[in-house]
Amino acid sequence: MVEHSIPATQAIVTLDVALPGIVWGWIITMNMWAKSIGTGILFVGFYLLKKYPNDETIKAIKMPIIIISIIFIHIFLLFTVLDLHQMFRFWHIFFYPHWTSAITVGAWIVTILVAVLFIMAGAKHFKRDSIYDSFFPLAVILAIPVTLYTAGIMAESTARELWQMPTEMVQMTLSAILVGSATLLLIGNNSFSEDAKKDLAIILGLSAFTAFLLYMGEYIFGSMKAEEVGAVLKYVKEGGAYASMFWIGQTLAYIVPMFLVWLSVSNKSYGTMPLASLSAIAGLWLVKHVWLIIPQLLPMS
Amino acid sequence: MKFGFLVDLNLCMGCKGCEVACKVENEVPISSWRLRVKYIDVGFFPDTKRTFTPLRCNHCEDAPCERICPVSALHYLDNGIVNIDKDRCIGCAGCIMACPYGAIYMDPETNTADKCTFCAHRVSSGLMPSCVVACPVEANIFGDVEDVSSGISQYIMTHNVRVRKPEKGTFPKHYYVGGGEVHLNPLASTRKEGHQLFNNITHLKFIGGHH
Repeated sequence: MVEHSIPATQAIVTLDVALPGIVWGWIITMNMWAKSIGTGILFVGFYLLKKYPNDETIKAIKMPIIIISIIFIHIFLLFTVLDLHQMFRFWHIFFYPHWTSAITVGAWIVTILVAVLFIMAGAKHFKRDSIYDSFFPLAVILAIPVTLYTAGIMAESTARELWQMPTEMVQMTLSAILVGSATLLLIGNNSFSEDAKKDLAIILGLSAFTAFLLYMGEYIFGSMKAEEVGAVLKYVKEGGAYASMFWIGQTLAYIVPMFLVWLSVSNKSYGTMPLASLSAIAGLWLVKHVWLIIPQLLPMS
Repeated sequence: MKFGFLVDLNLCMGCKGCEVACKVENEVPISSWRLRVKYIDVGFFPDTKRTFTPLRCNHCEDAPCERICPVSALHYLDNGIVNIDKDRCIGCAGCIMACPYGAIYMDPETNTADKCTFCAHRVSSGLMPSCVVACPVEANIFGDVEDVSSGISQYIMTHNVRVRKPEKGTFPKHYYVGGGEVHLNPLASTRKEGHQLFNNITHLKFIGGHH
């Protein structure tokens, strides 16, 4: 703004007790990170089971897929409830739902998803694979809005211009696919066929590459579109308070996995995939945390 | 009937009488504000002037806080006021994130969201909001913006009126006369360390909360 850019018109705030800046902190980062794993393993697991229907090593992970999904979706739900300042009123969402809120829609759909996951786990436990198989497409369909509803919340956060709906929606999907493939690579590192590992590695590498492109697009061009975005991105650019965390996150989540996948596919050797997977899973936490925090550092009033 | 609020910044002298009246009327806890007056110093010494901007909820016609609230704790009254039901609020802070004006806060005593309600409890009894009553220069004007004969409508018709962040599409019902970018755009002024009249302000910890 020109008002404070030249001495003649400089404007300095001399009295304003700004309202607390960081409202959603690391608890919400945990929420988004765990949700990405919980839904991502369903997306990528479904793909593997469809592509290799007769591969016994793939069939063997039917139960682990559901168990991991249940665990991480419950971690996500736990942190969601923990972040409520009135956590014992969480049931209000079910008794006083307000359907224009992405929070409400997400809470209801994830509740249905959890029920479906428990049915699938029960079916697998009692060796009723036909029930498991028939419920899996429904679980995948439900996992899509569960993954995306946080992007909806961000889109409903008017004036947090860094969070734009189409971009965040794609970013959330890519996050889920990234850590979904990473988790499956960790599970199946010793058992999956080379073809399955190659598939997972390519999924990991491409999702890392695409997500990285989105962040770099925002990093380079964001400030050219809106002054709020420019002001927020200063926190991750040179000298910004979150610059180091941003680049460590980008490196771990995207650059390292991309590089290792490229090496692995070129050499047809997937021994480094567990490292790439761990790097992606750890890095995603940092990436999500930085992107969650920086728009909250901007004064709104 | 749709209530609106107008502040004539040409009249405001930054006495903070409205701020104090609001805190007393609504029992707003220490370290929290439903209404606050922001001081901005403009210009270069010796040609400087201090400006005052009262900031409160804008009672938007398309309120992002009402939209994002998962339990309808934030809701519209028939008179257009965006009200809050603290007994229903779950403290998710979605409204705080959604409000483009930074007008909502987490009450550290009740652990629920809170904000200006245009003193809805007073208005329903035919009284004016406490900040209007307290203003010594009548810079605060409150009334029905759907009634062209009301004081606020007459003022709007005869003055150059602006709202904060019109580009957000929230259709605020809080208007400013005499406001420029410096008053209404938070990015039009800098916040420098050591330039605050009061420094090292401490905030109450949330009581029973997790922060």
